[in-house]
Amino acid sequence: MAIRDRWAALLLWGAVLAAGLAAPSFLSGYALSLLGRFLALGLVTVGVVWTWGYGGILSLGQGVFFGLGGYALAMHLKLESLGSDPLPDFMVWNGLAHLPWWWAPFRSPGFALAMVVVLPGVAAALLGVLLFRRRVSGVYVSLITQALALAFSLLLISQQGLTGGFNGLTNFSTLFGLPLASSAAQRTLYWVTVLCLAGALAGSHRLLTTGVGRLLVAIRDSENRIRFLGYDPVPSKVFAFTLGAVLAGIGGALFTLHVGVISPAMVGVVPSIEMVIWAAAGGRDRLLGAVAATVAGNLVKDWVSSAVPELWLYVMGGLFVAVATVRWPSVREIALRWPGHVPRAVLGEEVADA
Amino acid sequence: MGESGLLAGQLFNGVSVASILVMTALGLALSFGLMRVINMAHGELLMAGGYLAYLTHQVVRGPGFPVAALLVGFAGAALMGAALEALLIRHLYGRPLDTLLATWGVSLVLQQVARDLFGPTGVEVTAPPWLAGALVVHSGPVAGLSIPVVRVFVLGVAALSLLGVGVVLTRTRLGLYFRAVNQDRAVAATLGVSTRAVDLTVFALGSGVAGLGGAALALIAPVTPTVGQSYIVDSFLVVILGGMGSLVGTAGAATLLGLLSSTVQTFTSVSFAKVILLVVVVWFLQVRPRGLVAARSRALEEA
Repeated sequence: MAIRDRWAALLLWGAVLAAGLAAPSFLSGYALSLLGRFLALGLVTVGVVWTWGYGGILSLGQGVFFGLGGYALAMHLKLESLGSDPLPDFMVWNGLAHLPWWWAPFRSPGFALAMVVVLPGVAAALLGVLLFRRRVSGVYVSLITQALALAFSLLLISQQGLTGGFNGLTNFSTLFGLPLASSAAQRTLYWVTVLCLAGALAGSHRLLTTGVGRLLVAIRDSENRIRFLGYDPVPSKVFAFTLGAVLAGIGGALFTLHVGVISPAMVGVVPSIEMVIWAAAGGRDRLLGAVAATVAGNLVKDWVSSAVPELWLYVMGGLFVAVATVRWPSVREIALRWPGHVPRAVLGEEVADA
Repeated sequence: MGESGLLAGQLFNGVSVASILVMTALGLALSFGLMRVINMAHGELLMAGGYLAYLTHQVVRGPGFPVAALLVGFAGAALMGAALEALLIRHLYGRPLDTLLATWGVSLVLQQVARDLFGPTGVEVTAPPWLAGALVVHSGPVAGLSIPVVRVFVLGVAALSLLGVGVVLTRTRLGLYFRAVNQDRAVAATLGVSTRAVDLTVFALGSGVAGLGGAALALIAPVTPTVGQSYIVDSFLVVILGGMGSLVGTAGAATLLGLLSSTVQTFTSVSFAKVILLVVVVWFLQVRPRGLVAARSRALEEA
């Protein structure tokens, strides 16, 4: 990359970040909560870029990790908003007498925050080791993770007394003592989301240039060649899968805070595969493009599915077919084709390897 | 009803679930073995078979209706499958993950089409009188066991379609070509086999069997726009467990999963059955990563 490109990229990133941080000053409360929600989903997409774009593993079960993160935080919020009641409302309705033992530790905010990362991370690492050690790959992984998403959402629905069932967990009042509905809390939450996303993007960018990132991309391109060169691909693949899951978990927790609810409808088969499509639309190994596609795509979804709901599945279906069959130019390619900019040899290389 | 009668009833339920699973998984396994692609819209071909049975029911009444419905279901789904292969899947060769996403898009569109045409709630087909009764065992070790005739009929359809596909694959020229392309696409093509034509025909055949399954299912349960979704994930597990492209493996895996899920469901619940099914499959892959019946290959890459 030429020096000039590097400065241009830095400038672009800086401008986007500044605009993101300043958004509360020019956006209405509703628009801000919408944007915050989409940026939280953007964090999930960064995870998909890691597992799929760089790791070559198409997980159709990201909703599970999203849900683990979301539920971990939601359980704390539910317990925090109890007040003097001994049990959350849905447990009372389902005839539970005591708080289940595994709910109790979530009273502690630190424990809940840790679980947002630990639960999806451990789940993904375990599944990753089981699958990749036996060289299960390609569509096999996709189908198994999809089955996982189905089983997870069905399990949540069926255990109504423990998980809130179909309605999920909702009616939160405070977070760490702050009332969630206040505009100050909303703004803080938004900034936290932006910073998390920016941190994930910058960290990813950095990680890609290290040996870990290079090895991962090399495994994606030719796993057997790397094996013969003496590397073990399994730890790298498990790492990518786990990283994607952790990002999905954090995204899920932030999303839960923005929306005020987490339910099985957000973690099942359909939402899981939707999390993948935005990464595909934005260029599966383009971090910024994938996040931009997530925000733009969800804006369109919000608009279409509220104006003409019966049209949405056609749009979505068409989008799936389009992203799989057509190769879209990346943000950088468009920038390089900008009038006055001389296309470089780098560009030719990148188009050819797709 | 006696204890053993109840157990026998559960066992039969499992076989009955397996019969539908066999018909959906068969097409998936065939096209996966041949082209290494997974067709996410396969469940919607099952759904299409069901709706075609419903439409047939509007025209053809009387005792011959189930047979007519099965024929229409098979032909209609086979045509849809052929169109899908020719228009979309053929252009995504060698990119299995892209195919997966693209066919998922097709499945979303087909579901919405069904919703717009037939409404979000299910349509029902009433089975003719000769399928309406139940076989009841009055004495013997399984006294009290009651088996609906229509389920026996569906079981028969599944067995016949398995047999039919088996005959096609082992006794016909198309089957010879299929096996040749399955083993080594490049060599088969060099020897003059039109691999594209084989792909198309086998894909259409697999789709047709799914349509057959849908038409048979319509006799048991109402047809809804999401009926395909409820069978497809289990069918994927069957394909994984069975081993790619193997008929015997698919049939065995479908029976195994069908029995397992209905047995577990009796003791726990539908959702726990799904979780246990998944655990079993992941565990099984630890022992045999290539499935029940693995295709022998010296190739390094599963391309």
